[in-house]
Amino acid sequence: MKRVQFSSPYLPYLFIAPQMAIIFVFFYWPSVQAIQSSFYLEDPFGFGSTFVGLSNYVDALGSAQYQSIARFTVVFTALVTFLSLGFGMLLAVKADAVLKGSSTYKTLLIWVYAIAPPVAGLMGMMFFDQHIGPLVKFAALFGWDMKVGLNYNDTAFAMIAVSVWKQIPYNFIFILSGLQSIPVSVREAAAIDCRSGVRRFWTMTLPLLAPTAFFLLIINMTYALFDTFGVIDVMVKDKAANNPITLVYKVYMDGFRGNDLGGSSAQSVILMIVVFVLTVFQFRFIERRVHYN
Amino acid sequence: MNRIRLFDHLVLMFGVFIMVAPVVVAFMTSTHEAADIHRNGLSLTWGDHFAETYDKVLTRKGGFTGEITGARMIWNSMILGVGFAAGKIVLSMLAAYAIVYFRFRLGTLFFWMIFTTLLLPLEVRIVPSYEVMNKLALTNTYTGLIVPLLASATGTFFFRQFFKSVPEELLEAARIDGAGPFKFFIDVLVPLSRTMIAAIFIIMFVYGWNQYLWPTLMTTDERFFTLVRGIKQILLVWVGSNIPDYNEAFALAILAMLPPVMIVLIFQRWFIKGLTESDK
Repeated sequence: MKRVQFSSPYLPYLFIAPQMAIIFVFFYWPSVQAIQSSFYLEDPFGFGSTFVGLSNYVDALGSAQYQSIARFTVVFTALVTFLSLGFGMLLAVKADAVLKGSSTYKTLLIWVYAIAPPVAGLMGMMFFDQHIGPLVKFAALFGWDMKVGLNYNDTAFAMIAVSVWKQIPYNFIFILSGLQSIPVSVREAAAIDCRSGVRRFWTMTLPLLAPTAFFLLIINMTYALFDTFGVIDVMVKDKAANNPITLVYKVYMDGFRGNDLGGSSAQSVILMIVVFVLTVFQFRFIERRVHYN
Repeated sequence: MNRIRLFDHLVLMFGVFIMVAPVVVAFMTSTHEAADIHRNGLSLTWGDHFAETYDKVLTRKGGFTGEITGARMIWNSMILGVGFAAGKIVLSMLAAYAIVYFRFRLGTLFFWMIFTTLLLPLEVRIVPSYEVMNKLALTNTYTGLIVPLLASATGTFFFRQFFKSVPEELLEAARIDGAGPFKFFIDVLVPLSRTMIAAIFIIMFVYGWNQYLWPTLMTTDERFFTLVRGIKQILLVWVGSNIPDYNEAFALAILAMLPPVMIVLIFQRWFIKGLTESDK
């Protein structure tokens, strides 16, 4: 906060009012509704609802389908997070190391960030297409008969590949700017002390990058949990039955296709808790990073 | 030393190949005829049907109602992208101004209420959000498409951070010169924030243009379809046909990525600045 401030009995309220109004109507109201309807069983024909306590939660968490989707979500999130972080870091470290052409590589590597997930999913569908997909033909060279959209594991593989592809630029940008903020003096000192580039990476670069990497870890997890909705929706093409989906997709399916408002809301609340925990972690950590800077 | 650098370049070139090649192939393939693609697969060469295919997807009326053209979807995406970015900037600059430059009783409470919106992304409250929009009769309107997306705090935090870094002396000097809150905001703060505004505009435009889930829920009337939202429809029509219109699907994918990609490429410096300093 500023030492010198304006004082006015009504102006600050005037300035903050539009933002607060929108947040109230489109954030707090629906969020409260989600929590509320998670305790009710909605009549499928819209004739009122009955209070059922925690049974929507029990039903959701107890169902074998929910558990298997939850398992897939965990695997999917872990793979997307680590692979995109890993590739992003590899490319950033290399782009930081080369003297010539660094900015060209940077330009060529970041722009995929601007492609929407469902558009990436559409492209993925064609690259993994049974008839024309070059990646299916490539897999066939190794004797892998890939059937994306029909085979559970193959579809999962394609989804992960597309999601990782789309997220690499984001990680690349952040890690590269993190690398470039390491002072030259520190790099030179490290170069004098230690000839091995690999060891320098593990003992000097990586610890200095740790805050950025941790921040990215959380961001990537949120990406894999929520932003991949478009990729999944396009790639399962309404045939979710035998295909892998994530928990967010199930919330959507149950709420809009299955008309199970209570169950969908209960799942929403479960996800809210997951995100809440993730975000609290993130903010605790961001505070620390700001402190050290 | 030289050998190592060569290896670095090889890794980078491989990375560039992985990132760029799919889009190049998509573009090249979109210039071929559907039957040709069906026979020969994806293509890396130019196919001579560029004008024909793109003219068709931009101007031919399609969809279930026969009302929507590619050009119309681009227009809708533009409205969503620009409307979202502009709305976000206005709302969040005003809110951040109130929080940083005024002392008022509910300030801290409001700050925390705005902060809380960061905890729950739209995806976890889609069903109740949809219900609320239904009650307000905002489905199939541009307002319903744009305004609910503004209910998050990202921009507010960005400007709050920036305003806090503005030197105190500026306000002192402005007050000595007799500037009131409106004058200070418009004549000092807004011009100072120009780079920040540009950076956040780019990020938010890309974000708005690329929205998928919310437009999917909000718009059932095809006249309001955005390009990214229309993608699913393309695939659904596709499932039934003998030779799918691969060329048209690729062409629409290229059109859908063109504006945000161009903006990121042209304003690369601002984009990176906006991204890394706003922490999303």
